[in-house]
Amino acid sequence: MVSYIIRRIFGALIVLLGVSIITFLLAYAVPADPARAIVGPHAPEYLVLQIRKQLGLDEPLPIQYIHYLGNILRGNLGTSYVLNQSVTSLIGQRIGATGLLAGLAFVFELIIGIPIGILTALRDRKLTDHVLSTGALIGISLPVFFVGLELMYWVGFRLGWLPIGGTGGILFAILPALTYAITGAAYYARLLKSSMIDVLNQDYIRTAKAKGASPLRVVMRHALRNALIPALTYAGTDVAALLGGVVVIEDIFGYSGVGQLAFQAIGNLDVPLIMGTVLFATVFVVIFNLIVDILYGIVDPRISYS
Amino acid sequence: MIQESLPLEASLVETIKDERPKFIHRFWKSGMTKLGVFLLLFLVLFSYVGPLIYRHSAINSHLLATDASPSAQFPLGTDSVGHNVLAQLMVGGQSSLEVGFAAAIVAMIFGTLYGMISGMAGGWVDTVMMRFVDILLSIPSIFILLFLNAVFQPNIFLMIFVLASTAWLGVSRLVRAEALTIKNQLYVEAAHAIGTRTLRIMVRYLFPNIIGTVLVASTFQVADAILYMAGLSFLGLGLPPPTPNWGGMLSDGMNYMFQNSWWLIYPPGLCILIAQVSINLIGDGLRNAIETRER
Repeated sequence: MVSYIIRRIFGALIVLLGVSIITFLLAYAVPADPARAIVGPHAPEYLVLQIRKQLGLDEPLPIQYIHYLGNILRGNLGTSYVLNQSVTSLIGQRIGATGLLAGLAFVFELIIGIPIGILTALRDRKLTDHVLSTGALIGISLPVFFVGLELMYWVGFRLGWLPIGGTGGILFAILPALTYAITGAAYYARLLKSSMIDVLNQDYIRTAKAKGASPLRVVMRHALRNALIPALTYAGTDVAALLGGVVVIEDIFGYSGVGQLAFQAIGNLDVPLIMGTVLFATVFVVIFNLIVDILYGIVDPRISYS
Repeated sequence: MIQESLPLEASLVETIKDERPKFIHRFWKSGMTKLGVFLLLFLVLFSYVGPLIYRHSAINSHLLATDASPSAQFPLGTDSVGHNVLAQLMVGGQSSLEVGFAAAIVAMIFGTLYGMISGMAGGWVDTVMMRFVDILLSIPSIFILLFLNAVFQPNIFLMIFVLASTAWLGVSRLVRAEALTIKNQLYVEAAHAIGTRTLRIMVRYLFPNIIGTVLVASTFQVADAILYMAGLSFLGLGLPPPTPNWGGMLSDGMNYMFQNSWWLIYPPGLCILIAQVSINLIGDGLRNAIETRER
């Protein structure tokens, strides 16, 4: 187990190193000259050269990469060209809002997905199954921005129950989180349905039933615990989609989080900010996956690490 | 040597061929799958045959009738610059479906080749190739899509490759996993033993075994690509005008939500919904048909 964890951490570090190289190379694919972008289109050439030197952009690529890597390791992600603030502090200011949104979205996803998964498994091929499965299918079939704007219009504007946009506390995060949950919960529901059906057909469930355990107890205590394991694995995959979804959703609701920051950075070709936000998202994805992998072994002792 | 190997190979290929009619039968048996096929067929007819019957330009602006609600002249109204929404919907379906399917096919071909090579090669080549996939998979794909579209001004052709640039990753992982199991099967070892070349093993034994998995994964990729394209349109990084597409129409229409211009929102929304539902149903049907074989 310990050697497995060490190997996984080592693998995660290699992935992170790879991501830093790829974001670095992508940043150089940008046709715009960062020095020119900072001084403006009409500035004299000597200023451009000066800025280029100041930023170290005149050095060869491998040297620049080593500087970049050294800075990252010291927690310095550079300064945004457009916003003129350190990337670390820009992300730091918004990390709380995005964390709240992503966490709430994940919770809503489970609140919607798990009951649908259980009900469709118990009522497999019956009316309840068909109705709920169709609903879930429609959920994943709609574009995120459509769901978001319809929620904004009906719940926020017509009913006036929740703010239609902006940032500030949990109330502002509910509609954005719900938007993601509606478009993503079906994946958990489907996974849970198939694993639940598998588990319900196993001998130990029959034993529990034979011993007279109530149907509710059989499902909740005996079956659900094992059936949830595949859903746990999916959470690892989902987190990358979640952080991607946050970019679109934050834009819809004018929610100032890291996703909105990343989108603006891409629009402005603000290279340090693009690299910083991508790296931030990736570190999160990699760490989350590492935790899921380790939890997986703790939750299901049948898994062997060889 | 080669002469002797032929009957053995022929019998293997024979068993694979025998599976085909049963597969189609299992696929077609489910009512939901049929519904999916009919819905997709409807969209294809609507987009490609529709414009031949309903002969109105999708690009002409009717400047005296902008923002018109549905009427006899414009069955689904017009948008803010006077485009005929019904005509746009038909033509828009063409680019949406073409980009969705083309992106999935490009991703399927590249991902299959990559996964097969990685799995068959094994050793450090496999490790390096799969680490590269891990690295790209850990970057949320919307970042890559947005970045590529911001740097290169997208056209239909480029959009296909941008969407495929992230879609092939999952396919390559699936294919590689299957290649690893099949590589160690007795009949593949036997083929190796009688001197069959690796390329031939890949084409004759590996490919027929993985094509099912690849097909299922790629079907869902079509749906994903159409949704991603719509999302990119909403963020202002979609296909440029004048050629309409459903995602672009929907995201433009959402701007008029507060004016109650429902005809700009629900028709393209419904088209995307039908496309997604039909492709998902077909994907489910394919998966069920293949899983039954393996049971």
